[in-house]
Amino acid sequence: MNAILEVKNATRRFGGLVAVDDVSFTVPSKGVTAVIGPNGAGKTTLFNIIAGTFPPSEGAILLGGADVTALKPEAKAARGLVRTFQLVKLFQDLTAIENVKVGFHLKTRGGLFAALVQPAWARNAEKDVEDGAAALLDLVGLSKVAFSPAAVLPYGQQRLLEIARALAARPQILLLDEPAAGLNAEESERLAKTIRRIAADGTAVLLIEHDMKLVMDIADEVVVLDYGRKIAQGSPDAVKKDPAVIAAYLG
Amino acid sequence: MVSEQASPRSRHFASAGIWVLAALIVGYALVFGGYIATIVAFALIYGVFVSGLNIFMGLTAQVSFGQSAFAAIGGYTSAVLTTTYEWAPLPGMLAGIVFALLFALVIGFPTLRLKGHYLAMATLAIGLITYEIAVEWESVTQGYMGISGIPPLGIGPFEAISDRQILATLSVIVVIVAFAVTRIRKSRLGRAFAAVAGSEEAAGALGINVARYKLTSFLLAAGLASIAGSLFVHVVGYVSPEVFGMHMVVLAFTMVYIGGLGTVAGPVIGALIVSLLPELFRGMRDSQDLAYGITLILILIYAPKGLAGLAQSFDARRGK
Repeated sequence: MNAILEVKNATRRFGGLVAVDDVSFTVPSKGVTAVIGPNGAGKTTLFNIIAGTFPPSEGAILLGGADVTALKPEAKAARGLVRTFQLVKLFQDLTAIENVKVGFHLKTRGGLFAALVQPAWARNAEKDVEDGAAALLDLVGLSKVAFSPAAVLPYGQQRLLEIARALAARPQILLLDEPAAGLNAEESERLAKTIRRIAADGTAVLLIEHDMKLVMDIADEVVVLDYGRKIAQGSPDAVKKDPAVIAAYLG
Repeated sequence: MVSEQASPRSRHFASAGIWVLAALIVGYALVFGGYIATIVAFALIYGVFVSGLNIFMGLTAQVSFGQSAFAAIGGYTSAVLTTTYEWAPLPGMLAGIVFALLFALVIGFPTLRLKGHYLAMATLAIGLITYEIAVEWESVTQGYMGISGIPPLGIGPFEAISDRQILATLSVIVVIVAFAVTRIRKSRLGRAFAAVAGSEEAAGALGINVARYKLTSFLLAAGLASIAGSLFVHVVGYVSPEVFGMHMVVLAFTMVYIGGLGTVAGPVIGALIVSLLPELFRGMRDSQDLAYGITLILILIYAPKGLAGLAQSFDARRGK
């Protein structure tokens, strides 16, 4: 299968600390790939390197075969890599549906002229955005709260809303940063179903996750980090039995 | 930005009421004319200026204490071109906009990388520097003396000379500006502004070029400030550096907060109310300033999102 994302010998140092140490893996263009590891294993640093928050000290990130190592997050988003945040970052004052409409930015055009004159193409595009946003809210089960401000939604719904917003940019690969953090069992279930559905629709998903249960339920491939190094990679079942992984998790 | 709880199809009686109130104030001034007409005319000019400030501060959540600089550029360009060079007001105003935008572009590139207090300080400096230039560049601005004999507003043979003509002209301009802001707010551009306001990190993650939209917002604000500056000098017929001093910035901030930051009607009703309040208390002589201050504080306590924001929350509650 084609790789959408390639992480090649990524290393990131903070002063004397090596947070990510020579990590390499590929993410296929279909399915769900998960990066797991105990606290402090370097998951978040690796995620930030991939998303473009900061570049790696060494190594490269390839997106669809092209080197995107030094690109900023917005440039990576424009090339089809869209992320969510561990601590949900919604546009709090906007309603749920308005949040998703913002997500369509990359897939639409128009500046001041389109805003003021509203030519037919801009009105049509606006209609498409409206319909598309409603459809995405439906996908994540938030149609009922479409017109509620994002700030008043329960945490689980805020996470789903952030995923819907990211999907509006029609990513080729969706990066989820600990999507199950802070969710109860029921919300986690709903999230797992949504992620499977997104993957089934043809979007590659890469998630960084602490919650083993979620990962084992939905991941096709698992990469395990410990002390910044990759210690295992394989199917959830294979990884679960790996002695190095068991040692890392049980300490 | 304030969002409604109910579906967008719910009615907006209270928000419409804000516009009715503004129309009544302008209507009163049109009918009775005289001193109150002058006050309302200045308020409408501020309505344009504050609408621009609101795009930058309300829609995009950035701070600028230096918008007076762009009003000064518009005002002085109009003044010089229509007196010394005998241009007509409209081309003079357009030239002012071009200069203001160029200046905003040059200033904006380095300045908009700053955030919060630092951006506020940098923009404050720009306002002060522009003021000093207006004072010192005597060969063009005539320093403290100012430039007088600026012709009234007009296009071709039509000139706005009487109070009523001026008020009517300014009202039309304010309605056009409010209409434009409404359309911007609901557009892709407005959503990008709202995204920058909400979370720069999240905006970037969605592919929104934060720096570019900050600059766009800054340019829109500068353009409207320039128009306000030009309108001012044509209505008064005279310009001096004091017109575009710190006082203008403080007044504009008061107006945008009293009216409602991030709303369309806020800058207009804010400009009208803040301009008229001192007149309301004129009879109180010594305690006039005190009454004015207390009223402003009371409005901000009971309507922290401004008058237009208050109206929106009324509508939201009814819509539930």
